[in-house]
Amino acid sequence: MTPSISVQPGSVRATRMPRRWWTFALVAPLLLFLLASFIVPVLMMLSRAVTDHELADSWPKSAAALSRWDGEGLPDDALARTVAAEMLATRQAGTLNRVANRLNYDVVGSRTLLYLTADRMAAGAPGNSLADLVRIDPRWANRTYWSAMRHAAGPLTSYYLLASLDRRIDADGNIAAVSREQAVFVDIFLRTFKISLVVALLCTMLGYPVAYLLASLPERRANPLLILVLLPFWTSALVRTTAWVVLLQTNGVVNGLLEQAGLIDAPLQLIYNRLGVYIAMTHVLLPFFILPLYGVMKGIEPSAMRAASSLGATPLTAFLKVYLPQTMPGVAAGAIIVFTLALGYYITPALVGGGADQMISGSIAFYTNQSLNWGMAAALSLLLLIPLLLMVFAGRTMARTVPA
Amino acid sequence: MSTHGIASRGWGRFALIGYCSLVFAFLVLPILAVVPLSLNPSSFLVFPEHGLSLRWYRALWDSPQWMRAFGNSLSVATATMLIATPLGTLAAIGLANMRSRAKPLIVALLSAPMVVPVVIVAIAFYFLFAPLGLVNGFAGLVIAHTVLALPFVVIVVHASLQGFDFELVRAAASLGARPATVMVRVLAPLIAPGIAAGAVFAFMTSFDETVVALFIAGPDQRTLPMQMFEGVREQISPAITAAATLLVIASTVLLGTAELLRRRADRLRPDRP
Repeated sequence: MTPSISVQPGSVRATRMPRRWWTFALVAPLLLFLLASFIVPVLMMLSRAVTDHELADSWPKSAAALSRWDGEGLPDDALARTVAAEMLATRQAGTLNRVANRLNYDVVGSRTLLYLTADRMAAGAPGNSLADLVRIDPRWANRTYWSAMRHAAGPLTSYYLLASLDRRIDADGNIAAVSREQAVFVDIFLRTFKISLVVALLCTMLGYPVAYLLASLPERRANPLLILVLLPFWTSALVRTTAWVVLLQTNGVVNGLLEQAGLIDAPLQLIYNRLGVYIAMTHVLLPFFILPLYGVMKGIEPSAMRAASSLGATPLTAFLKVYLPQTMPGVAAGAIIVFTLALGYYITPALVGGGADQMISGSIAFYTNQSLNWGMAAALSLLLLIPLLLMVFAGRTMARTVPA
Repeated sequence: MSTHGIASRGWGRFALIGYCSLVFAFLVLPILAVVPLSLNPSSFLVFPEHGLSLRWYRALWDSPQWMRAFGNSLSVATATMLIATPLGTLAAIGLANMRSRAKPLIVALLSAPMVVPVVIVAIAFYFLFAPLGLVNGFAGLVIAHTVLALPFVVIVVHASLQGFDFELVRAAASLGARPATVMVRVLAPLIAPGIAAGAVFAFMTSFDETVVALFIAGPDQRTLPMQMFEGVREQISPAITAAATLLVIASTVLLGTAELLRRRADRLRPDRP
């Protein structure tokens, strides 16, 4: 069977059977499953980043009236009356909470203002005009509260995405920076990128020589060493992070050994800080760098190196000019895998990081579980996903396959 | 055959081996260190000096929480494996025979759950399941874990199909075998090692999964990783190192077996030299 013969029937077959519908039938169940339980849920979740439901659901008439208002000056009495009526109605129905929470994300104090006003109206204070509301609380004469309501009227909103970048739309409709104590997300994003970059660099420094050594050994000798890379690869990230917590804690094994050796007098702080995050994350992700690079290095023909040395290149020159460039796709693939996995890491920073080492996944978890601000969780997820998908796409074009 | 030029002999080689030994130690020692710690008879997390004890393994065995968590993990992982393996295997067979321009798109779609950060998958499920009442439910966790496990099954089975001679399938069909018979009697036995490896990957993906479980599992579905995560967060006791040791052994045995199966499947390739 020569190559020239085996190619021809293949191409004939390909033209005779342009489509094989049964192959789609085999893939279809899985695609439908993924569509229903992965693609759609993720898209639905991300859509919360750009939509606003709370006010429109609870105060439909006010939402319509607020959308018609041009946002200049203060609202007219008709708008104030509509808002006041629905505020009172939702307070009495026990559903004011949703609107109050949503407005409070944007302007702190909105929550108490709404409850106070609604309770005063329930006790008999009139709410038929803007002046009535200002009489209940002078804050109603402040345009900030009205603009926040107008922006929350939906259905689309830029609020969550802007807030994720420490920005908001001020009363005049301009994009402005939020106050200093509220501005946290840009810092957390930068920190997430920095930690991921450092971990990717550490993996490159530690992993390149190991992949090189493995690739330079005959398979019979490389296989036992490969197990040393596969053992951590197989062990779950949680178990490995747990091992690091046990080893690095103040009265842990590492501090104990250092003290016994007389190298330190007092225990070092090795965990619940950035050092711990770097150590544990590098450990968790290092096999993801070594394995693809090893695959690339094994595919490199030694003949080019032999040619270089027979032409008089020193080993170092041959390595730098001939070998290293050929391994770059593997380095890029490994580094991108490590970087993108690190970007979204949750368990390891949560367990070995301190308060100042939390990454963006920690904020996403916080807004989902504790603060229940799902719009914020969705916006942060979207802003994490965009650079990540770009990186993965770039990585795919550089190196096509990743070993399982 | 081992010469790449640089560091092939002499001091360079010596330095390379020394450096790599340190990296290997960094990779493996932290995992191995939990084993002696778990055999420590005292309640301190130090290496045992006065004999070994299985006290902390006994503590796990006697703890209703740990045992229930183990049972939950076992059932969720088994259910995940039973759904993900057939779905993924069928898709891998389809993909291996597909000649369509849509193929790269389908592959990208299938591998998406590996690319999207787990925390994003977790909250997507949380938002989806909360209104449906599936949060705090067994079904929700199994569906989520199946999504995460599917890409592994597809990749492993697909790899074992590379170079598989589908003429055998056509030959069986031309001799009158029904498609189901061909599948069960011809295809399945030949790619069984690949399917088995895929099944193990699916099982372990679920068994080790922490993040989605933390978000959508309720107190009744508390899994082993959840139990461990909270143990590390709150009060770390030697019982955790015993659990960690057992998990290291379990994943090494299972995934080591899967790796051997995968290599066996690899050797079945006719194009392999």
